[in-house]
Amino acid sequence: MIQHLRPAIVLMALFTLLTGIAYPLAITGLAAIIAPDAAHGSLRMRDGVVVGSELIGQNFSTPRYFHPRPSATSASDPADASKTVDAPYNADNSSGSNLGPLSQKLVDRVKGDVESLRSEGVAAIPADAVTTSGSGLDPHVSPATALMQAPRVARERHLPEERVRDLVQANVEGPLFGLVGEPRVNVLLLNLALDRLNLP
Amino acid sequence: MSTIGWVQICLTLALVLLAAIPLGAYMAKVFGGGHTFVTPVLGPLERGFYRLAGVDPKREQGWLAYSLAMLAFSVVGFASLYAILRLQAFLPWNPQGFDGLSADLAFNTAISFVTNTNWQAYGGETTMSHFSQMAGLAVHNFLSAATGIALAVAVTRAFARTGSATLGNFWVDLTRATLYVLLPIAIIVALAFVALGVPQTLEGSVEATTLEGAKQVIALGPIASQEAIKQLGTNGGGFLNANSAHPFENPTAISNVLAIFSMLVVSTALPIAFGRMVGAQRQGYALLAAMAILLVAGVAIVYAAETSGNPLLTALGLDPAMGNMEGKEVRFGQAMTALFVAVTTGLSCGAVNAMHASLTPLGGFVPLLLIQLGEVLPGGVGSGLYGMIVFAILAVFVAGLMVGRTPEFLGKKIEAREMKLAMLAVLILPLVILGFSSIAVMLPVALASLANAGPHGLTEILYAYSSAAGNNGSAFAGLNANTPWFNTTLGISMALGRFAYVVPVLAIAGSIAAKKRVPVSAGTFPTDTPLFVGLLIGVILILGGLQFFPALALGPIVEHVLMLAGQTF
Repeated sequence: MIQHLRPAIVLMALFTLLTGIAYPLAITGLAAIIAPDAAHGSLRMRDGVVVGSELIGQNFSTPRYFHPRPSATSASDPADASKTVDAPYNADNSSGSNLGPLSQKLVDRVKGDVESLRSEGVAAIPADAVTTSGSGLDPHVSPATALMQAPRVARERHLPEERVRDLVQANVEGPLFGLVGEPRVNVLLLNLALDRLNLP
Repeated sequence: MSTIGWVQICLTLALVLLAAIPLGAYMAKVFGGGHTFVTPVLGPLERGFYRLAGVDPKREQGWLAYSLAMLAFSVVGFASLYAILRLQAFLPWNPQGFDGLSADLAFNTAISFVTNTNWQAYGGETTMSHFSQMAGLAVHNFLSAATGIALAVAVTRAFARTGSATLGNFWVDLTRATLYVLLPIAIIVALAFVALGVPQTLEGSVEATTLEGAKQVIALGPIASQEAIKQLGTNGGGFLNANSAHPFENPTAISNVLAIFSMLVVSTALPIAFGRMVGAQRQGYALLAAMAILLVAGVAIVYAAETSGNPLLTALGLDPAMGNMEGKEVRFGQAMTALFVAVTTGLSCGAVNAMHASLTPLGGFVPLLLIQLGEVLPGGVGSGLYGMIVFAILAVFVAGLMVGRTPEFLGKKIEAREMKLAMLAVLILPLVILGFSSIAVMLPVALASLANAGPHGLTEILYAYSSAAGNNGSAFAGLNANTPWFNTTLGISMALGRFAYVVPVLAIAGSIAAKKRVPVSAGTFPTDTPLFVGLLIGVILILGGLQFFPALALGPIVEHVLMLAGQTF
């Protein structure tokens, strides 16, 4: 064992320098050249202010914006650091609900969301509209979930519903080559487009 | 299930095979000591490493010295990583000012990364400084994977050689696996991830002001460089808590294909390299065929279960068209989520692009079973190949019993010593998983960590110990594993799952290498035919499956029945 210690220690040190320092720093340098926007988190600006990342969902909750999927992320309780409180779309602490399929908590949560959508007059409820994503930060909703919200947004913004629906359709991203991926709508980009149509 | 879903699955797997064939040939050359197209660049670096480390690359080691070198390297790795994690507060690149980890969490995490498990009892963006991620965790993403490759190469040489007392030199195999295989591919994959949208910066986080005027703090970091080796080395420890479900680790459906491709490619190339190195290419493909058949069966079950959705939610009025979406991201789709779920556990990767805890009972049953089958489909880099060779030895033994003839594999007689060692190796998994799980379900301190009641709670515990002992690292993550009980026992499980398995396997390799090759005769049972592939699949299912069936029946299987009955917990 002893004669193995020198190579073990020396190689650990050398590989730490190579794969732990040189490699990530080289990638960081190259990334800043080949894709500077992505390297810094695909941030989106409006009027000189960072309004979010294109890749990270936000907790839109006022009726005049399209809403994202529910989110199960949490934050530590400001009153008691050993506890956590619900904090949807906390991009500093990604997490899913981890509720099993038979969980009463899951069923109750979905039931509550379904009922509130029903009270808004929504008939068909897409599955993504009332389920939390794996990361709690899903930036997308399905086209059906976005369209489902069009009447509410149109009413709140005093826009013809047809115009809002067209805006949703224009923001649907399809699968690559019609093959890889799912049709989806980026909620932040859609809401930015909505504000361009009709600023608050 | 849809045609287009299956097309995506098949195309991804075809891409893997297409890349694995030349990669396997390249790896056979690298570990055969041959000259490759990157030797002019990497050769001087490699020789410099040997000189500083005092390694004579020409001096080979027997199985015991090879094992001791591997163990010494793992101990040094554990100690250095433990120190980095504990001292994090005093080290550089800590923009968020995180404290050092607690003793039990640092113990668990250090073992986890040294054994290629990458179980995460912590949330990356809330716990780890950039220095810990890069100089601590990422280093072991490379080195634990390179160790696995080295071990597989040593076992391969045992079958390639005859009457040999040595298996190669661990330091040389480790260095070559890192420099010639993992690092160059990692650079390409990392840059591809950046191009697809994965961040790579030394900043800690940015604060955004949302359109509604709220503040959103967005965690950032050198994610792409970590993501590449996390997938390539079948490590699976995410930079961020939500792992490959997080849009920064896996921003698009294309990055998802790349993630699946890169976690599969080295493990798929290894059986091909094995076939070339032992001079029996068909044998490599026969092993690969058995792996592929079981893996695709697993994908199909997950895909079918998840697209049929959760009847408890459909009953509330949800449109069933999208299937079970709890814990899943919109951008990947059910097909490529199912493929990821099966691949990450058929390998020993453990990266997740959906929360396994929220899969339907049968959808969650598959990843648990694939881990318990020993992760040989195609398994972790290196560990998958030597695991499969152990199963192949068991399969020829079963065939030998049927006809009353001494079994042979690739011309080497499999005798009592090899069989005893093989059984020792395969029994470690059920011993650790069932042993610790049965203790945990009786301990209030363990049960306090559960997030779900009923059979799902049992599955959380069973999955945790399976994932640890199998060096997988994925989780039914409702379980709060960051407690002294789980950190300690899961740490021990990971160490046993890796080292108590691999030392007997190297001992088998030592005795196989010493044997003379038996000439092929009319009585030889050919091991590169569909018949053998079928037998091998049978042995994997019977051995792996039956050991765990009673436990699985009380977990996901009964949960499925209860779901159909409409029961909730």
